[in-house]
Amino acid sequence: METVMAVLVGALVAASVYLMLRRNVVKFLFGLILMSNAANLIIFASGRLTQAEPPLVPDGLSEPAVQAANALPQALILTAIVIGFGLLAFTLVLVYRSWRVLGTVDGDAMRIAEGESPTAVPASDGKDGANA
Amino acid sequence: MTERANNGTDRPRPVRLSPASMGTVGLALLPAIAAALFLATLLPTIATGETVRLAVPWAPSMDVEFSFLIDGLSLTFGLLISVICIIILTYSSAYLAGHAHFNRFFLYLSLFMLGMLGLVLADNLITLFVFWEVTTITSYLLIGYDHASAKARRCALQALLVTGAGGLVLLAGFIMLGNAAGSYELSEILASGDLIRAHPHYGAILTLILVGAFTKSAQVPFHFWLPNAMAAPTPVSAFLHSATMVKAGIYLLARMHPVLSGTDAWIWTLTIFGAVTAIFASLVAIRQTDLKMMLAYTTVMALGTLTMFLGAEATVAVAAAVTFLIVHSLYKAALFLVVGNIDYSTGTREIGQLGGLARVMPITLFIATASALSMAGFPPFLGFIGKELKYEGALAIASEPVVVATTAVIASALMVGVAGIVALLPFYGKRTSTPKPPIEVPIRMWIGPLLLAVAGLAFGLAPALVADTLVQPAVASILGRPETVKLALWHGINVPLALSILTFSLGVAIYFGHWRLRKILAAIDARMISGDEVYDRCLHGLRWIAAFQTDWIQVGLLRRYIAVIFAVLALSVGATLVLRDAIALPDRWPDLALAEWGAAALVFAATIVVVISSSRLMAMTALGAVGVGVALLFLLFGAPDVAITQLLVESLVVILVAVVLLRLPHFSAVESARRWSRRRDAALALGTGTVVALVLLAVTQTPFDRSLTVFFEENSVPAAFGRNIVNVILVDFRALDTFGEIAVVAVAALAAYAVLKARPASGDGS
Amino acid sequence: MNSVILSAATRILVSLMLVFSLFMLLRGHNEPGGGFIGGLLAATGYALYAIAHGAAAARRALRMDPRMIAMIGLGVALVAGLLAAVAGDAFLTGLWWFAGADGDSKGLPISTVLMFDIGVYLVVIGAVLTFVFALEEGD
Repeated sequence: METVMAVLVGALVAASVYLMLRRNVVKFLFGLILMSNAANLIIFASGRLTQAEPPLVPDGLSEPAVQAANALPQALILTAIVIGFGLLAFTLVLVYRSWRVLGTVDGDAMRIAEGESPTAVPASDGKDGANA
Repeated sequence: MTERANNGTDRPRPVRLSPASMGTVGLALLPAIAAALFLATLLPTIATGETVRLAVPWAPSMDVEFSFLIDGLSLTFGLLISVICIIILTYSSAYLAGHAHFNRFFLYLSLFMLGMLGLVLADNLITLFVFWEVTTITSYLLIGYDHASAKARRCALQALLVTGAGGLVLLAGFIMLGNAAGSYELSEILASGDLIRAHPHYGAILTLILVGAFTKSAQVPFHFWLPNAMAAPTPVSAFLHSATMVKAGIYLLARMHPVLSGTDAWIWTLTIFGAVTAIFASLVAIRQTDLKMMLAYTTVMALGTLTMFLGAEATVAVAAAVTFLIVHSLYKAALFLVVGNIDYSTGTREIGQLGGLARVMPITLFIATASALSMAGFPPFLGFIGKELKYEGALAIASEPVVVATTAVIASALMVGVAGIVALLPFYGKRTSTPKPPIEVPIRMWIGPLLLAVAGLAFGLAPALVADTLVQPAVASILGRPETVKLALWHGINVPLALSILTFSLGVAIYFGHWRLRKILAAIDARMISGDEVYDRCLHGLRWIAAFQTDWIQVGLLRRYIAVIFAVLALSVGATLVLRDAIALPDRWPDLALAEWGAAALVFAATIVVVISSSRLMAMTALGAVGVGVALLFLLFGAPDVAITQLLVESLVVILVAVVLLRLPHFSAVESARRWSRRRDAALALGTGTVVALVLLAVTQTPFDRSLTVFFEENSVPAAFGRNIVNVILVDFRALDTFGEIAVVAVAALAAYAVLKARPASGDGS
Repeated sequence: MNSVILSAATRILVSLMLVFSLFMLLRGHNEPGGGFIGGLLAATGYALYAIAHGAAAARRALRMDPRMIAMIGLGVALVAGLLAAVAGDAFLTGLWWFAGADGDSKGLPISTVLMFDIGVYLVVIGAVLTFVFALEEGD
């Protein structure tokens, strides 16, 4: 199964990278979602895949009766999924907000932070420290 | 007028406090009073030469203890800090009454006091360093207290950068010192002085620690931030930038004395830097016309003198340093508050605008006179004893008595002149017209400085009060051996007395000639490049470099960044795989059940649809299918918790994306890329995907260490009473990770809320 | 969306999901479930409600600002961790108390671990709904 998983992860990563290189930030977002899935599968597969029982201890015993699936990567992925959701939702909010404010979803057109002339040094009157 | 007060000039003078403000003051006074009382109870113990040590493990794996050591040196500093803090808090409650950020001020000041106490009481280098930085940060906040003023902000930032940079250097020195001594506990390091002095890193340790101490204690050439720090409200200047914080560097020199002193490098560095600082600063002090600036430079001068005397080994010299430290804190804090009173009362601090205040402000006059006499070193004030001791100490120094004595005489003579200017000019002579009609200040503003001034007199009359309890134990801790120190007003007719008389004569001459002297000094000053200008140029250069490299590296195109990131990833990881010969292709066709093939095929197909679809909704649906397929894979390989979470998150993602996508333009709204650029991107994407797949193959074919999992399986029920091992890991074994994670999610949600609900400042857009 | 069936169905569905989410939360230490899953279930329920009836109605049904729920959750988790510190153990060590335990009966287990999981549950609900409502409302 590791082989299939590796191919699958490779496909997800490739699709994700391709989408993240698009100018449309919505596609970028889709790429991010795929990347999140790919990363979780990598962690999962690195902990070895077995068609085993879930990592639950039967009532009355002190440890799993039969060989159970690896619990540690599962715990890591579980938090990673929720964190990934937070990241996605935040990116989504950024995409939406930039569409409202800038009127575009074209990443190349979002240059508001660049300013007029990037090499212009702000006057050294001490203002920038507090207003940044 | 360069240094106009940023408070007290243009507002009415309310004195009464609201109940809430009184509560604030009370709350701030509480820790100060508690600290003062606690330290005072230790006086008899410490006087006998004992030390008190308290320790709590903090980060045991890194040999960092939250430990405190109270000996003569730290007790002297601790008492000065807490007692002066009480006075400053009382004073500020009237001085800043009615100020918009009244509460904030008291918070900062209390924080500072705790930081400063921690600094002088710490028995661990790292603990000491953390508190050192606390004082740097609170000093920044207090200098920039009047945050609406660009000047105050600039000065605050300057102090932060100079002392902060010094702090970093100090940290490096501490780490090297800790490694050399084999411990970060001061009490252990102090006992290994010979080892450190013979250590090959001694030179580096000494240099790094001295840079830290010199930046904090404003030694030339790092002195320029201190006069600028006078942008802070006057009570802050009295407390931080005269009586306590700037002495942190002096404290460090004294603390490190048993470990680092005695070498030629130590003696000459401290003597030369101290002497240059003392003479330079006292000359610049005379040149000032603003009373507060004048006091600021005499503070720099005092710091130089202290550094110079700490360079020495002789008991008398160190006793002179400790006595002068106490004397200086008493009279300088009082004089700053006197200047604060004058400023508060008249609205100006310019000497030229002041005169004839004696009749209006008799109490302030008394404080000013008593403190100035102590500063000038007149008997029977403690200042006199301090000065005599300095001369005695200077003559006792074996290596360079002439340098030290000459410096001490010149600096003291200039101090006599400054004392005269501060205490006489504003009060006598013709009454001038001031921005505000002068009044005597309320009691809260004179009681504290009065106490300080009276203490200077009382300790002068009965020097045993400080000699046995503070000076002698402090000298013993600085030298690392038991010492006997006696202070007396009258030493008989000897060389120090002769030098004192010389000092007074010179001082009086300076006082009467100060107008002429100032003109000459101003002319010289105008031609010299100041540290301030160097700082400005450095900062300007830094900004230029930042702008230049940003312009060069940060092109501002998201795609470009992503491409660089993945290209680097693919190339570096791919090269490693090839070079390490780690590519491990499978040798047989995978043997899978139908369900597994099905789930894998679903993910694969849906992924392709996401990439090639030109319809938003189609792509989104396919994205959901990918998520469901991944959840199925989790379920098939024994991870029900993960599968459920994945499904739920996937449905939420689809809901959210759907909500947003319906309001966004179609994919076709953005011009699609040219064919060659699509091909280039596809090549990069396939390359990255291949590398990741190869890495995963290589990883899964290495032997697997299951010991961590076995630990969780064996302990889940007996130790954590939970049968779902995944959940037990999440909420018990690795709960700190989970806590960090939910904090991140919560912060992300708050940030998203702010981003969505914020209105654009200029109304461009919605 | 103004489908009659959807809006009628969601009322029942949402209450069911909420009850189920509590069930998942409480059984999580021994069976699949836990604070994350429970929180996501409850949040999905409210998200459905928001789609059917609008974000304003969902906010009213929730009665509390979701940001506040997230912060309370964070506070609950922090206090659960600090209780161990107060008891002299390392931060976040699980403390257990088996109410009414005697002999054979294990009693009702009450623990700071469960409290921590409840904190997780609240944070997930609060954070997810902050996103959902804010995006649903637009600006």
